[in-house]
Parts: sequence; structure tokens; C-alpha cells
Amino acid sequence: MSKKLIVIGAGMASGRALEHLFDEGADYDVTLFNAEPRGNYNRIMLSPVLSGEKTYAEIVTHDADWYAANGVTCRFGEKITAIDRAAKTVTADNGDVLAYDKLMFGTGSNPFIIPLPGHDLDGVIAYRDLEDTELMMSMGADNKVVVIGGGLLGLEAAAGMAARGADVTVVHIMGHLMERQLDEAAGYLLRKALVDKGITVKCSANSKEILGENGKVRALLLDDGTELPCDLLVMAVGIRPNIALGQEAGLAVGRGIHVDDQMITSDPDIVAVGECVEHDGAVFGLVAPLYDQAKVVAQTLMGNEAQFVQKEISTKLKVTGCDLFSAGDFADGDGREDIVFRDPARGVYRRLVIENNVVIGAVMYGDTADSNWFFGLIKDKTDIAEMRDTLIFGPAYQGGTPMDPLAAVAALPRDAEICGCNGICKGQIEDAIAAGHTDLGAIKATTKASASCGTCTGLVEQVLAVTLGDDFVMPAAQSVCGCTDMTHEDLRRMIKSQKLTSMQAVFQECGWKTSCGCHVCRPALNFYLLADWPIEYQDDPQSRFINERKHANIQKDGTFSVVPRMWGGITTPDELRAIADAADKYMVPTVKVTGGQRIDLLGVKGEDLPAIWKDLNDAGMVSGYAYSKGLRTVKTCVGTDHCRFGTQDSTGLGIKLEKTLHGSWTPHKLKLGVSGCPRNCAEATCKDIGIVCVDSGYQVSIGGAAGMDVKETELLIQVPTEDETILVIKAVTQLYRENAKYLDRIYKWLAKVGMDWVKDQIEDLDNRQALVDRFELSQSVYRHDPWARHVDEQAETYQPLANLSMEAAE
Amino acid sequence: MSDWIDIAPLEAIQPRGARLIKTAHGCVAVFRTAEDEVYALDNACPHKQGPLAEGIVHGKAVTCPLHNWVISLETGMVQGADEGQVSTYPARVEDGRILLDVAFIRSRSAA
Ligand SMILES: Cc1cc2nc3c(=O)[nH]c(=O)nc-3n(C[C@H](O)[C@H](O)[C@H](O)COP(=O)(O)OP(=O)(O)OC[C@H]3O[C@@H](n4cnc5c(N)ncnc54)[C@H](O)[C@@H]3O)c2cc1C
Ligand code: SF4
Ligand code: SF4
Ligand code: FES
Repeated sequence: MSKKLIVIGAGMASGRALEHLFDEGADYDVTLFNAEPRGNYNRIMLSPVLSGEKTYAEIVTHDADWYAANGVTCRFGEKITAIDRAAKTVTADNGDVLAYDKLMFGTGSNPFIIPLPGHDLDGVIAYRDLEDTELMMSMGADNKVVVIGGGLLGLEAAAGMAARGADVTVVHIMGHLMERQLDEAAGYLLRKALVDKGITVKCSANSKEILGENGKVRALLLDDGTELPCDLLVMAVGIRPNIALGQEAGLAVGRGIHVDDQMITSDPDIVAVGECVEHDGAVFGLVAPLYDQAKVVAQTLMGNEAQFVQKEISTKLKVTGCDLFSAGDFADGDGREDIVFRDPARGVYRRLVIENNVVIGAVMYGDTADSNWFFGLIKDKTDIAEMRDTLIFGPAYQGGTPMDPLAAVAALPRDAEICGCNGICKGQIEDAIAAGHTDLGAIKATTKASASCGTCTGLVEQVLAVTLGDDFVMPAAQSVCGCTDMTHEDLRRMIKSQKLTSMQAVFQECGWKTSCGCHVCRPALNFYLLADWPIEYQDDPQSRFINERKHANIQKDGTFSVVPRMWGGITTPDELRAIADAADKYMVPTVKVTGGQRIDLLGVKGEDLPAIWKDLNDAGMVSGYAYSKGLRTVKTCVGTDHCRFGTQDSTGLGIKLEKTLHGSWTPHKLKLGVSGCPRNCAEATCKDIGIVCVDSGYQVSIGGAAGMDVKETELLIQVPTEDETILVIKAVTQLYRENAKYLDRIYKWLAKVGMDWVKDQIEDLDNRQALVDRFELSQSVYRHDPWARHVDEQAETYQPLANLSMEAAE
Repeated sequence: MSDWIDIAPLEAIQPRGARLIKTAHGCVAVFRTAEDEVYALDNACPHKQGPLAEGIVHGKAVTCPLHNWVISLETGMVQGADEGQVSTYPARVEDGRILLDVAFIRSRSAA
């Protein structure tokens, strides 16, 4: 008599297990239960069904004939509700009790539904089975769909719905898509591809509530108050192994049903396979390991030896037009080397992570043809020392002697294109060299090669090297930092001309060599992006130096200094009292008047910052940019109010200027001074921008300094009215923001572009106005009081995460 | 012996950010990288005790806010031409929660 095997769940894992079992010629009498009203099908192919590339019939893996041929009793649409392990019986939901000799769990997972208010409204679904898929398919064109979750599943749902003409928005809580499988760079490319498909992608977005109307979903409300209207809301935020039944039956469970290497649960007659299991601390959400488990469980049921071993797994996204692959551990770090290859023109990105000459991780986007080869290297732990130089190019470049890059360039034909932006071929560069243009600058000037995006600079240099031989000395490029070969100037040009509006866009299009930049390039990029794209770009505090991130100047002992703004250097007795009170209350060790006529409270503890700011804010004082690469202070003299020499209201102008300019980020710190007459008591002529009031109006001069270099300003323009003075200053500030290299004060920038050029820009009235408009646009975003914002929104982050001093003292 | 304790949700720390944990023997800085790994190190730069938690995090390293020494989050080793090492403590993320090995912190600080 054959033994009775009852299988709970007709999923991908149990289906494969049964195949192996019957292939081995097992003599089991199998009864297969499935809560879904159908038999085994290929769940991962639901995505192509959704997008219309396949039909359900095409993804069925086992049909009625197969079950009949193998004598499987099918009880589809029926659920097992209880197990009696002592009696060795199961109970179905219609009350039937069946005896078993062996029982197999294959119950898979339950999709996780975030318990947001409104999650039980009509039209809020997960993406797991055919029912979900069919509902989504019925919501085709002209419907609005919001997908919560920018992981594998969410994106497939989104792409599928978009292919059916729906208006789809993906809301993802993390900073980039598929953060578990992809690094930021690949995430950026993926996002770009999805946006090109018409999908709206919102990262770093936190869902707050699902809004409904008559019991049906109407919109998703985000933390920041945005409402995203929708007719259907798909939650694809993760899965939980389906363990309830096993738990009730008294099996050992953790996150999943515990199994040993033979897939046997804590009950020797019960095995489990698939997403419902936990093996050696791990749970599984992709089919590759489940198929390995299926093999093992079949052998176990046959009474043969077999062992399940966890292996590396890889991920691909099944969205047409988004070629993406990820496997292994791709985080970068110490002792690990990162080989990054970017081909901006083709939208290709590859990153390999290597440790001890073994590839341990790979991320690929855009061209995944070689992914299997790389995955093989990871799985087999192949020693890649021999092919390291050409590894990133894939298998085609292996074998034989590795290609010397110079030899490769030498071998290029004359009509090979070197500079894609300007369509310059190797031959044209060779001709220019023959005509006596023998360095990069000259080639740029005569042929335009590498004069646009600059990514071909290396190639042009190689052509020079090949053509000139020993006569050519490769120039030491003054690149921004080790992450790129580009100069600040090239970068600024790229950001503007290619409309790069995010850091990932720059990393990709400019071929960054590291995954997330470094402390040198990130602050520069952050500034360039916000200067050029104040609306599109989101400021990244994590790319700012601590003084700007926390709006307080860090001191050598790790404490901070706090400087409330005193517009134009004017204060009141009330303000002074409030400052004195704050100094007492927070035990400020030093109170000092700064060089910019402000009061500095030195030695404030980091965790006290929000509290002291709040007190000062409550007394009417704002600040935040007192230590920034931005407007610091406007120093003033007393002017006409009190001084017998004063020609204009210098204090009043100082106040107006500080109020309009505060909050504006600039390449370096920006200090202004306004003096009421040429006696210049405010020392305005050694400031970045100085104004000296005279009888006939206002002399605006720029480019002074009194730091490591001491410089006098040069006259920019004289204008008759205060209003015009303010306009000129806004315009020149904007010109500086848009053109200077990060960390160049105005005087350094001026030395590069020349005073005449700046004068031309400012004297051209249309241009002046355009600069002013762009300045105001940026100020509409950045002119605010960061102290107040931090107190309201992130005071908590100034506090320790936890206090273990008690713990540790035990 | 390890003694993992749950400190906070991962989201309590910004990606490429850090927060402090107070202990009886000084502060430990817990870092979160762009790839959502977490690392715990003493919050004191080997150079002049700069507060590492306030630095810029890039890759698996942090740049000290005082004089720009770069410190590996994995090993605590100072990178490049400078020399020194910061103590590191086991930390990990599980189910979106940050776990620290308190026994380890205790034993290291007692030593
Ligand atoms: C849309 C989609 C796309 C995916 N794409 C990929 C991909 O590209 N690559 C990849 O590797 N993986 C992918 N996956 C994941 C993959 O489908 C799962 O890992 C796999 O299906 C899990 O197999 P399983 O047998 O453990 O569970 P399932 O296939 O989920 O089967 C479990 C079955 O058990 C039934 N059941 C549960 N409880 C009971 C009960 N008490 N009584 C009776 N029956 C019960 C359920 O109804 C279900 O039918 C995707 C998943 C989805 C939903
Ligand atoms: S600069 Fe002229 S107006 Fe101003 S305080 Fe000095 S003397 Fe008076
Ligand atoms: S001059 Fe030098 S020492 Fe003085 S505050 Fe400025 S940086 Fe510090
Ligand atoms: S204290 Fe860290 S670099 Fe000086």
C-alpha cells in the first residue's frame, strides 16, 4: 500500500517538489490542497500577464492531465484549517478530516499590508495572485494607480499597469528604487527608464493615510501633505512567510517554519518547502533557492540523503526595456575594491565588488548580456587576478593577452568616433596633431573634441600619446577629487548643458568612479545642483559639512557655537537680554563679539542646540547661515542716523541687504559691508561685496578679502539709488553662484573670469534682470529660518539614539 | 557571548548619517551608509578626538569634521597617509531594526 502524502499549498515550490518526487518513481498517494481555486502555476509570470505579454493559460505549470497521470487528488479552492499531529490528520475548511503518513507544507507567503489608516478600503490590494492581477488588468487606461513600494514587485506592478495605459505613481520610502538589490547609481538609471515609460516615481516618500470615499479608495496622503488621487492602490511592500497553520500545529517556527538541511520540520513526519520556511536563520523570497529546496525535499521523502545549501542568488527585473541585474554583496568598503564602468551614452552601468581577487557582488544596468558570466564568477569564487584589468568588459575580452588600452586606441581606424558630443573622429584629431596642436587644450580649441561633456578626454589623450609617442606627457588632471577625472569647470558645464538635476545623474553621466562620491565632491555637487536647479533639485544635508548640516559652527572640542542674526548689526535691549538669558540657561562658557558685528555664544552642547534655538527664536531672533558657504553677515557703519559725515543710510541698506540675501547658498562664504562715506568705518572695501555710499549714490565694489589673502575690492559699478544697488548686488551674487568653482571666494573667481566680463554681465540690463529673477527663484526655496525648521522637524535627531550608560555600568 | 539589543528603527538614522549612543564610557556613533548597513564606532577621531558622528559618510567611510581624516567604518582604520584606529563594535540590522552587541561594548570599555 502506498503511503499518503498530503501537500498544503499548490505553489511554485511544492509543484517542483512533486515533479522531482514522481521523477524518482515515488510511490506516494498524493492529495494536493490549495487555497487558490487553481493548481500550480508560475507565479513569477504574473508580471508578464499583467503587462499583456502573456496569458494565464501560458503560465500554468501543471495541468489536469499531469495530476491525473501521477494520481494526484486535487482539492483546489480548499484550505487546510487544522493539523492534528498526534493523530496525523489534517482538517479541510469543509470539515473533512484526512489521515497522512507524510505532510508537506508549501504555503508560501502572505503579502504584507502596512496598517495605514484606510488599508481596508475597497481598491487597496496586494500583488500576489491571479485575482490581484485580474483586478489590476481590469483597471486599464484612464485610471489612476498608486503603487506603494519601489521594490521588484512594486515596479513590475507599476510597469504592467503603465503598459495598460493607467496613470501610475510609485511611492517609495527609501532614497532610491530597489535599494536592496541596487546601489544608488543603478537605482537612478532605473528611475530614469521608468519615468520615460510615463511612470511617476516618488522616492523618500512616506505614506501617512489612505483616503476613501464611500468605502472606496480615493487617494494616498503622504507625510508631507501631498495627496495622490487614485482608483486603485497596490501595496507591494514585502511578504511574510505564511506560518499560522504550522504554529497552531505546534511546529517550531521563527520568521518561517523551521527546517533542517533535509527540509524536515520539528516533526519528523512533516516537511516544508518554499517561502514559508526558515532555514539557518534565512527566509526566501525568490524561486532559485526554493527550487533547490524542492529537490532536497523530494529526496528526503524518498528516504535518500540530500542537503539544502544556501547559495548566492541573483535578481532580474522583468520590466521590458529595463535591463537590470544584481547579485551578491555589492556594498563597497574596506579591503574591497570597486570596479565601476559607466557608458553614459548607452545608459550602461556596471559595478563589480572584489575582495581578495574574488568577485563578491555585481550590479548591472542597461546591458546585462554578461550577467550570467559574472554570476558564475561569484558562485564559483573564481580567482580573477589574471583578468582584473579587463574583467569589467565581460567574457568577450578575456582569454589571450589582455588588451593594452593604448594598443586598442592605436588599432582604431581613422573614422572611429572619439568625441560623441561633437562627432569628432580619430583622423581629425591626428590631423590637428600633425598641424602642431600637441596638447589637450589645443585639440579642444581646434577640433572641439572633449570640449563638451569631457568624458572622452581620456581617449583624446590616448590618441595624443599614440600619435606623439614619447613627446607627449599625460597632463596631471586637476580633477575635483579621486572620484572623477573632470574639473569643476567641466562639471558645471555638464550639469547645465545636460540638465543634470540629481547627484545620481551626475555620477552616471559624468562617469563617477565611486558609488556615492566623497567628502570633497559631494558638497561641491550639492552646491552646483542647487545653484542651477533650485526647484528640481532637493538639497542633500548629508553632503554638507557639519556647520551647514546643523547650522552651528563646530568647535575643536565638538561643541558648537550659536550666532543669532542681528540684521545689519542692529540689536535691541530685549534681544540682548534674551541672548544673556540663553547664555545663562545653557551654561555657555564664552560670549564673544565676532568680526562681523554679531554675538557668538561659544561652547553649546550639540544636544542643546534645538532648545537654545527655540529660546532665541521665541525672542524674535532667527539664524542658521552664520557659518555657511552662503551669506554670513552685512557689516555696517552708523551712517546718516548718527554720524556727522554720513551721506546715505548705510545701516538701513545693510539691514535690507541682509534680509534679501540671507539663506542664499554661494560657492564660498559671502560677507558684505556697507559704509556711509569714504571714511569707510565698516571696512567695506575688504569684503566680498562692499558698498561705499557717496553723495551721488552708491559705489558697489567686489572681490575684497581679509582672510588668508588680503585684497582690496575693485569697483564694479556706481548707481544712483538704493533700489538699484540692491538689484546689482542680487545680480552679481547670482552670477557668482552660477559660475564660480566651489570654494572659490569672489576674488579668486574674479581672477579667472576678469572684471570686464563681470561688468558686461551686470551693465546689460536685460541680463541683470534675468540674473535677479533667477536669484529670487532660488531664494523662494532657500530663504527661511533653518533654526525654526530644525526645531519643528528634526529636533529629535540632535538627541542620542539611546542611552546605555546604565546598561554598560552593570 | 553576544548580547544583541534593539536600539531603534533603521529610519531613526538618515542614510549617510549617524546618531550617538551614550554609554558609561563615552559616546558610540552609529552610522548608516547609503546601502543601509550600520556600523558602530567610538565617537572620537584618533587625530584630536573629533566627533565622527558629525562627519560626512561616503562609501563605507566617514570623514572627520575637524580636519578631514578619513576613517573606515568597517575596521575603524584611518585611511590614506594618516595613522590610527578607532574601536568598532558589532552592529547589524534585522527586520528594519538596529541591533547592537552590548556585551561587546561593555567588555571593550571595561578592558
Ligand atoms: C507578481 C510576482 C512576481 C514575482 N517575480 C519573481 C521573479 O521574477 N523571480 C523570483 O525569483 N521570484 C519572483 N516572485 C516570487 C515567487 O513567486 C515566490 O518566491 C514563489 O512563488 C514562492 O513559492 P511557494 O511555493 O513557496 O509559494 P506560493 O507560490 O505562494 O504558493 C503557496 C500556495 O499555498 C496556498 N496556501 C497557503 N495556505 C494554505 C492553506 N492553509 N491551505 C491550502 N493552501 C494554502 C496559497 O494559496 C498559494 O497558492 C514573484 C512573486 C510575485 C507575486
Ligand atoms: S563710514 Fe562715514 S558715515 Fe559711516 S561711520 Fe564712518 S564716517 Fe560715518
Ligand atoms: S582665524 Fe583661525 S583660529 Fe581664528 S577663528 Fe578663524 S580659523 Fe579659527
Ligand atoms: S580630530 Fe579628526 S581629523 Fe582632526
